[in-house]
Amino acid sequence: MSIKVQNISKSYNKIKAVEAISFEVKEGELFGLIGPDGAGKTTIFRILTTLLLANEGTASVAGFDVVKEYKAIRNSVGYMPGKFSLYQDLTVEENLKFFATIFGTTIEENFDLIKDIYIQIEPFKARRAGALSGGMKQKLALCCALIHKPKVLFLDEPTTGVDPVSRKEFWQMLKRLQQKGITILVSTPYMDEAALCDRIALIQKGSILKIDSPENIIKKYDKIIYDIKAKNKHQLILDLKNYPSQYSVFAFGECIHYIDKNSVFNSTDLQNYLLEKKHMEIEISVSNPTIEDVFMDL
Amino acid sequence: MNKEKIIEVQNLTKQFGHFTAVNSISFDVYRGEIFGFLGANGAGKTTAMKMLIGISKPTSGEALVAGFDVKTNTEMVKRSIGYMSQKFSMYDDLTIKENITFFGGIYGLSKIQIKEKTERLVEELKLEEVIDKLVGSLPLGWKQKLSFSVALLHEPKIVFLDEPTGGVDPITRRQFWEMIYAEANKGTTIFVTTHYMDEAEYCDRVSIMVEGNIEALDTPKNLKSKYNVASMNDVFLKLARNAE
Repeated sequence: MSIKVQNISKSYNKIKAVEAISFEVKEGELFGLIGPDGAGKTTIFRILTTLLLANEGTASVAGFDVVKEYKAIRNSVGYMPGKFSLYQDLTVEENLKFFATIFGTTIEENFDLIKDIYIQIEPFKARRAGALSGGMKQKLALCCALIHKPKVLFLDEPTTGVDPVSRKEFWQMLKRLQQKGITILVSTPYMDEAALCDRIALIQKGSILKIDSPENIIKKYDKIIYDIKAKNKHQLILDLKNYPSQYSVFAFGECIHYIDKNSVFNSTDLQNYLLEKKHMEIEISVSNPTIEDVFMDL
Repeated sequence: MNKEKIIEVQNLTKQFGHFTAVNSISFDVYRGEIFGFLGANGAGKTTAMKMLIGISKPTSGEALVAGFDVKTNTEMVKRSIGYMSQKFSMYDDLTIKENITFFGGIYGLSKIQIKEKTERLVEELKLEEVIDKLVGSLPLGWKQKLSFSVALLHEPKIVFLDEPTGGVDPITRRQFWEMIYAEANKGTTIFVTTHYMDEAEYCDRVSIMVEGNIEALDTPKNLKSKYNVASMNDVFLKLARNAE
């Protein structure tokens, strides 16, 4: 096991950040912590990267204990925090050189690992890090986290606030790093990114709700979701919420996802109800559940 | 839909030295519309938005917001709009009540108006138990819903929302959009940026900026059929990829 977490709990002044969390990440696995802000994702990262002590429980990374062997862990992991933490007034090249030196290596020694990413920021290598765009900062931070060829890579919300194109590219980079044998623990609030991980833990309010592959999580979901469309979406949401047998009503892209309380559901009844409410262009069909649907129903 | 124009933009341009951040963009937004303003990081969205809310002077071109010129009448522009972003919403070390009073004062509301507004917000958002708590102690989702309401305190004609739902959990994100729908139904115009492409589908019309230009502007439905794809995410990927 590359990462082993057993019953880890952490509180800040009586506020429980994470409670009795356990999970394992295999070597070479791309594992996702999926949950909203405040779920406890960053606390888990800080404990595993030995920057924070847990109140209870044990954890190991790359075979080292996070308390007793913290120094060994620091040499074997790369960590990209959610907040940009490089030196703003050093240039791109200086930052990279600095991190290489600290870890007793050189840019040349592990250049292979960062080459794909570095060539994208190389044109700006003389620019101060503080003056880079968001996407460039993110790429530089990833290079700095990789320069000592870590066994395990920790990425805390690397794609928050990043546009869909750059997000897609970032995940392609992660896949390539994974192929080079690096174990990756990544967190994200974007539910659609969950599908790109080998396994995920759904986390909310300090507890893990589910751990499995994205495919299994969806496969095991037992409720039937209906896609409902009509011309006036706002009114449709309001009217569906007043439908007597409604279990949940949520906007999902261009449709409304509707779940009924009854296992035997008659779409004609609902159609007639909506017609009575003067809705136009009504469409009702069975939907394919997504990770986000499952998360919202936990 | 009501076709009364509330924002009119003509050849709006912003240059920083030799760099053109916004390149002669033109579009209209109608009253009561939910207008999605999308684009990749660095495409010029924030620069364009700053000009529309009267805090950055255009290099050339025209924009009327609620009928006021963003170059010459910034004070009236600011009075007519509400603004909320993920980065700045309210003061963490003031209580909810203090924040409402503070922003009400800034927006020029009278004491009586502030009192009435506070009472209404307490009722609508069910704040009885937390009204005297520090904003910093609230969960993010609450904060965002509250700061949306605060941005509407002075009943602006248009509200600008800059990535209002980043990092918020999926249920709260949807509750937030239900508040947006309700507000738009009252006739308030919503101008919103987001990186969640499912939220782009909730907009009446969306524009997509690529390298300082508006590359596409239409209803989500028309954009999907024009580019022959199934989702707004695919529309976005197609447009922004082609630019490279």
